[in-house]
Amino acid sequence: MPKKEFENDERTLERLKHLGKKIRNQLNDPESDNLTIETKVRSRSNVNYDEEDGRLELGDSYSTRKFLNISHARKFMQTLMVASKTKELVERGRTASIREIYYQLKHSVPGLDENTFEDQDESNNVVVDIETATGAIREDLHLFAEPKGRLFGPIKIDDSGDIIDGMNMGTSGMAINSIVDHFEFVECEADFILVVETSAMVNRLVEEDFHADHNAVIIGTGGQPARGARRLINMMHKELDLPVYVFTDGDPWGYYIYSVLKSGSMSLAFQSDRLSVPDAKLIGMTMEDIEEYDLHHVTEDLKGKSKDNGGPTKDYKRIHDVMDYEWMQNDDWQKQFQKMLDMGVRVEQQALASQSLEFVANTYLPEKIEQDKFLD
Amino acid sequence: MANGVEEGMEASGGDHREISVAEFFEKNKHLLGFENAQKSIITVVKEAVDNSLDACEEDEILPEIHVLIDEYSEGKCRIEIRDNAIGLDRETIPKVFGKLLYGSKFHKLQQSRGQQGIGISASAMYAQLTTGEPVTVYSKQEGEPCHRFVVRIDTEKNEPEILEDEVVDPESDEFPGEKDYYFDHGTSIEMNIEAKYTRGHHSVYNYLKHTAIMNPYARIVLREPDGNKVEFPRVSKELPEKPKEIKPHLHGVELGVVLRMIDNSNARTVSSFLQEEFTRVGRTSAQEVCDEAGVDDGRRPNTLDKDEVEEILDAAQRVKLQSPPTDCLSPIGEDLMEKGLTKELNPEFTETITRKPTVYKGNPFQVEVGLAWGGDIEDEGSFEELRYANKVPLLYKKSACVTTKAIENVSWNRYNISQTGNRPQGPLYISIHIASVWVPFTSEGKEAVANYDPIRKEMKLALQEAGRKLGKYLKRKERKEIQEKKKRKLTSYAKEMGPAITELAGEGDPEEIEAQIQKLVEADYNPEQL
Repeated sequence: MPKKEFENDERTLERLKHLGKKIRNQLNDPESDNLTIETKVRSRSNVNYDEEDGRLELGDSYSTRKFLNISHARKFMQTLMVASKTKELVERGRTASIREIYYQLKHSVPGLDENTFEDQDESNNVVVDIETATGAIREDLHLFAEPKGRLFGPIKIDDSGDIIDGMNMGTSGMAINSIVDHFEFVECEADFILVVETSAMVNRLVEEDFHADHNAVIIGTGGQPARGARRLINMMHKELDLPVYVFTDGDPWGYYIYSVLKSGSMSLAFQSDRLSVPDAKLIGMTMEDIEEYDLHHVTEDLKGKSKDNGGPTKDYKRIHDVMDYEWMQNDDWQKQFQKMLDMGVRVEQQALASQSLEFVANTYLPEKIEQDKFLD
Repeated sequence: MANGVEEGMEASGGDHREISVAEFFEKNKHLLGFENAQKSIITVVKEAVDNSLDACEEDEILPEIHVLIDEYSEGKCRIEIRDNAIGLDRETIPKVFGKLLYGSKFHKLQQSRGQQGIGISASAMYAQLTTGEPVTVYSKQEGEPCHRFVVRIDTEKNEPEILEDEVVDPESDEFPGEKDYYFDHGTSIEMNIEAKYTRGHHSVYNYLKHTAIMNPYARIVLREPDGNKVEFPRVSKELPEKPKEIKPHLHGVELGVVLRMIDNSNARTVSSFLQEEFTRVGRTSAQEVCDEAGVDDGRRPNTLDKDEVEEILDAAQRVKLQSPPTDCLSPIGEDLMEKGLTKELNPEFTETITRKPTVYKGNPFQVEVGLAWGGDIEDEGSFEELRYANKVPLLYKKSACVTTKAIENVSWNRYNISQTGNRPQGPLYISIHIASVWVPFTSEGKEAVANYDPIRKEMKLALQEAGRKLGKYLKRKERKEIQEKKKRKLTSYAKEMGPAITELAGEGDPEEIEAQIQKLVEADYNPEQL
């Protein structure tokens, strides 16, 4: 394949070089008695919810990594190693998976009983550090992750010169790569995007030809959506003006997936505008569905202890965590969580199969779309 | 023990037959540390070594003691113990080894190791009982010939029976001692006993090792039955100061003792009796005590009946008397204690504390504590305890001893020492010494010191003081280790960072950049950092 040249390459190289020069300057400065790298704090304390925009954004607190601080030193070294590796990638016009980077840089540190990286989590974390320290995002750094998520539907995409037809992908669908910025949408006959949490539900809908019958782009996230899938949904929404409906389990994890797609995630809050769709709506499952579709006998009891009963733990704790987020302070949402707590149950997408296998594709989803019954 | 023996002695009158002390011993040998073959051999060595050390110190001789043990038949050992003390004169020898309750220390109130004059003759008795053989004693005084006695005890009369009495030519083969050491004065005792020689906590070896720690100015040599020779070297030529004799203090004396003192006293009045026989009693205080007791201070002491004497002792408690002088105590001192611990244990850190003397119920006592940590001391989980009373190691009844309680009263984890329950853990030896004219043992066996509040408190304070120092050392050591580990890490990281920074900046020389980082690391390293 041809060398990958991205439009940001020049700027990315400048940014990486700047980081290197800053360290050099510190070394050459007789006044400076330490080495430091400034990165933005990425913990919840520095994440704000912009109500007007409907997105999470990263605040302005910086944290300084200091080489001579023993609890920072290892990460400091790792940051420089990964940064210099990505510079090499950009210069050579190659891309690499974050797993490859991990293996390229992993070796035992001479004189110590430790490796430069013990597991891939360490290098993954450092990549995000470099993103916030330099302002160059992972895609700019020529780094990609494993593909996660798949797509079906009436849309044709130009990926590096190959045209992919979303209606022509058999039962597996188009795998969504972690870098999708170069996609071009050649043709689109879809009316909306349906984002589906579970893989099983995606299979069900495809088998029922839901995407063909209802002109839907189905995107399966396989749980928490990856960066590539989130970017693709964001691009399709922006460029094709397609509404986004999110279909998850009726539980705190499902609702959190929805909130990530809609408002962004805490760890990637600095890229919310590229990754989130504040207009996205939840199509189901809602607590009202239990009543509406008579699903009482197929709900699952919440695990753990409730707040009044020595808790909250497990499911109960997760509910309280999610319902306390700033961006969940909306009456409709609070009502969902409160109902969940009151009933002590959660409801899965698959519960709809208790009616019939076709029920979800032929009745449940069409009814909701027709009657405009969404949670926002 | 003294009481027990006295009761035996005085069990006369009526149609009771008088039993001799020796007979009493035969029946009660467990009271004196001869309950089994393993313990008996330790007791024999202990009594002889204690005597030798006392005798050497009395005449300011640096002690040289040899303990030679041979197993001459199954379960029977020949024991020879030699010292270089001043030696005994010809008349005394048979009595010391062949008559119970004969001793130089029996009537004195002075800090010493042995006290009742019963130990070594009891050993002789034990030898006689278990192997039927008499003891052989060699003793030589400076410039005098060397006497050799073979003695047995007539158990009915408690009198020595001399079997052989001769003068030995120092040049002859019979002269005791191998040629590796010559003595111009000293005593050597040899006896055959029933014994079980073992190693471990309760052993001759351990007893001598503990002794060597507390008496670093002594050279002690042990030859074990298998021929193995152990030397506990002398590391100091400095003897602790000799304790002064002291008269009893009215606040700490028992009724029976006072009655005996009255019998032995030449004083003509109660007032002069109190002044002459007791410490810290002057004319005024004697008067005060008598007034308080309602006893005429001009009476002859031997006209007092038992109740009146008791009244006087009670009254004395209500009268303010000066505390007894404390120069009767002979602690070994912080320096010597440290030398002792260091030479036998080779620790990484030692701290010793000698407390000021204190008085408990009219009895002066003084506590010394030593902590030895790390080095050659192995970490076997729990710490090791070294207990001493008047420089004599206590091996038995640890859990009943005040020292153990004092150790458990200290919060060791405050001093960076881990703790299981109340007990400190790690490569640690704790030695505790109590020096006193009258050590309150829990029982006749003199194996554990009673758990009295003032004694435990003194021990606790000393342990805390030493513990703080050890804690400080450990803390500093830990910091240093952390600093060193940090430096090691950063130095290695710098090697990875040199090339990375060069590549990122697109300029510079990796080795030069690494050197610059190493300089920062070096400047940052400070092992004393708080």
